[in-house]
Amino acid sequence: MRLVTRLARKARGKTRGFARIMPALPLLAAFSAFAAQAETVSAFRLENGLDVVVIEDHRAPVVVQMIWYRAGAADEPAGKSGIAHFLEHLMFKGTDKVPAGQFSATVEAHGGDDNAFTSWDYTAYFQRIAADKLEMVMEMEADRMRGLKLDPAVVLTERQVILEERAQRTDSDPGALLGEQMRAALFMNHRYGVPIIGWRHEIADLTREDALAWYEQYYAPNNATLIIAGDVTPDQVKDLAEKYYGPIAPSEGIKPRIRPQEPPHLAERRLTYADERVSDPYVYRSYLAPERNPGDQKTAAALSILAELLGGNGQTAILPRALQFDAQVAVWSSAFYDGTALDDATFGLYVVPAPGVSLGEAEAAMDEVLAKFLQEGPDPEAFDRIKTQIRASDIYAKDDAMGLAKLYGEELSVGLGLEDIQSYTAVLDEVTIADVMQAAHQVLNRNNAVTGWLERPLEASPEVSPEQAPEQSAAPAEAAPRTEPATSETEAAE
Amino acid sequence: MMFRALVAAVAILIPGLACADIPIKEVKSPGGLTAWLVEDHNIPFTALEIRFRGGTSLDDPARRGAIYLMSGLIEEGAGDLDSKGFAEARDSLAASFSFAASTDTFSVSARFLSENRDEAVDLLALALNRPRFDEDAVVRVREQVLSGLRSELRDPSAIASQTFDQLAYGEHPYGSTGRGTLASVAALSRADIVEAWKTALARENVYISAAGDITTEELGLIIDRVLGGLPETGAPLPGAAPWLLPPGVSVIDFPSPQSVVVFGQSGISQKDPDFFAAFVLNEVMGGGRFSARLMTEVRDKRGLTYGIGTYLVGMDHSDSYLGQFQASNDKVAEAISVIRAQWAKIATEGISEKELTDAKTYLTGAYPLRFDGNAPIASILVGMQMQGMPIDYPNTRNAKVDAVTMADVKRVAARLYQPEALRFVVVGQPVDVTPSP
Repeated sequence: MRLVTRLARKARGKTRGFARIMPALPLLAAFSAFAAQAETVSAFRLENGLDVVVIEDHRAPVVVQMIWYRAGAADEPAGKSGIAHFLEHLMFKGTDKVPAGQFSATVEAHGGDDNAFTSWDYTAYFQRIAADKLEMVMEMEADRMRGLKLDPAVVLTERQVILEERAQRTDSDPGALLGEQMRAALFMNHRYGVPIIGWRHEIADLTREDALAWYEQYYAPNNATLIIAGDVTPDQVKDLAEKYYGPIAPSEGIKPRIRPQEPPHLAERRLTYADERVSDPYVYRSYLAPERNPGDQKTAAALSILAELLGGNGQTAILPRALQFDAQVAVWSSAFYDGTALDDATFGLYVVPAPGVSLGEAEAAMDEVLAKFLQEGPDPEAFDRIKTQIRASDIYAKDDAMGLAKLYGEELSVGLGLEDIQSYTAVLDEVTIADVMQAAHQVLNRNNAVTGWLERPLEASPEVSPEQAPEQSAAPAEAAPRTEPATSETEAAE
Repeated sequence: MMFRALVAAVAILIPGLACADIPIKEVKSPGGLTAWLVEDHNIPFTALEIRFRGGTSLDDPARRGAIYLMSGLIEEGAGDLDSKGFAEARDSLAASFSFAASTDTFSVSARFLSENRDEAVDLLALALNRPRFDEDAVVRVREQVLSGLRSELRDPSAIASQTFDQLAYGEHPYGSTGRGTLASVAALSRADIVEAWKTALARENVYISAAGDITTEELGLIIDRVLGGLPETGAPLPGAAPWLLPPGVSVIDFPSPQSVVVFGQSGISQKDPDFFAAFVLNEVMGGGRFSARLMTEVRDKRGLTYGIGTYLVGMDHSDSYLGQFQASNDKVAEAISVIRAQWAKIATEGISEKELTDAKTYLTGAYPLRFDGNAPIASILVGMQMQGMPIDYPNTRNAKVDAVTMADVKRVAARLYQPEALRFVVVGQPVDVTPSP
């Protein structure tokens, strides 16, 4: 992700390394409900194969342009991990028309913001700007689809930036390191087991030629989806898209995305990562799980509801009720699932034991809750409440055009069609308790899973605490970033 | 309760200001409360923002962390509903309420559907007026806060901020975190939480805004239902914070390949006539753009960090100017010297015509983009009121940015940037960085 500043600032506010995989709004995030009315969403395809989706929202004079390439970390060749993300950074390093650094500077000089992000299944670029600047950003985005020119010195410096990014996001965060080890253990054959940012030793060897080869192979109109959301009409978008993207020739080298698949998982995998920076240890289990597929989203929908039932709400869900309310085994517990993936998805469980409770005891208690659930099923009223929230999420989602643009872009990029996206709320709504139980029995099998323990080394070095830090003899025993509230927004002090 | 969400939601959205055609209405409730409203019937829900000035700075010093813990307990049962009953009632309505205590504010953000607005409002009123603070909930949520505090003891970003604040503010509430200490939180009782609730939620300190599918009459009735029963007065606000920050460098050993660095000096009040010039200068130095000077010098040209930013931080009782970055331990020294050099350069040379123009077009162009949904609008409106801005501020704000001249930025740069006053707090194992005596 190039998304640094903002993410880095957010990261200061989280209280545990795990926060990044815990959706803040579990319901909306997990259900990613299709929200816009059919009449406000339109789609067409240019002759060169570029798919275009227009999401109208005329409440404010703002537009978002997002282009999604169907190329992500899981498409990388062995030995080149991180190249998809490296190229994402390099896409800001200039064309003949727009020199290095000038892409963002131009957008910013017109009051807009831009950024990009990379995942296993896609790489996406976006700008958010006044609606009357759409033509300008469209011209620039189309220009860099094929026009990238890379100065070798700039490439080397940017590789340093990416190594710093890895140090910040992963190497400085024991929870992120555990997650990386767990994915590598969970996926035995699929590239989903390799981190998006890449393994450090492979990032360090990536070259300009590697980046350009990746660019040539995947950056083409017939391998992309363009999403325009905001105060625009489909006719306007069509004219502009034909003018700027239309002349770009399609690539003949785009092949179907068939990637190495997982063999049957026959044996449970377990690992323990010890790091002296850990405060509260925790148990994290990740099961291999089915994903949403075109025309076949029912199991994924059932798993979304299962995650909500087990751990979506900290006061009412099954895991927190059992582990935090009925017994004081845990301080936190949660369950989560995201089925939007081209290949296999994962289903996660997470328990932070209460003081005095061991990781083994916490895991055993978690498994007991799961076993009981598999026998007894959910409370029908809890199930109904989740359905109510699913239906409401359609209404709330309309308040956020950028969120809708992301939702369409991501779902189209993993191979779902418009009809899949637009029917997903209905699919969720039709899920029965029997469907949820069938999905639960299918997925909650430890042979499909890796269980990770994050803990401190046995001979841990003395706690790093403010009292012991050289300059802090007078500091109270805490360290919350009090300045966070004010600094988490860009314009903290206007 | 979800403390995680609470942590994420504490942003004090200081309104950027803006675009001319945001029709903000002032609403007077029959009970005498004032709210600002943007009525928009496109989507059948309402976003309601309520803020109480004071926040965790109102803590009794002997009960540090009480208001923060109270903010996590207020949704753990009210009236006849226990924790589970309250959450079930809320979810059955598909409403969402979030409560957060930060340094200067206690905030309530609510979102509810038009189809069951009355029930949702009753439930919100119940939480604010008749919270139960059941003993078992106090124990459970207190453990969650303690877990968060233990994490922060091993979180280099938290250690850096806390150290910086302690150096800058000493014994003033700003010098310590409102989440309390392991010792102070462990000692909090139910009685302390009740007292915190009475202290932090007073009508004299309240600010209210709404956006969405609601009329002025409806909003007036709602705010009386939600807030009418609260006490008129609360604890006194703290006085002005001292600024004690000594210049120099602190190094706190922490086992990590990267160091976290927080740096800064004193800032400038938003009420100062030079504020907009300072605001433009900061945008050029380390604002929200990739093209800002520090992003260019520290990241793009030298590859020393993944991201760096600076912020003019306006709080109720202090104005500071802060920055932050992370860098590998062997790059920290170079990054610090680049920042010092940039600080000195801008103080003496100011900025170029082009930088001034680009910063202005960015700031004025980005402003209207913030008003793009009910939730962000409600948040901006309440922030404007807390800062004492007039209701038509969005119409005049861009003109104030545009009015900043080259002479202004030159003069204000010399006043604002004090390279000799900068303090860097480094948490990590930096190479060749010598701490100040």
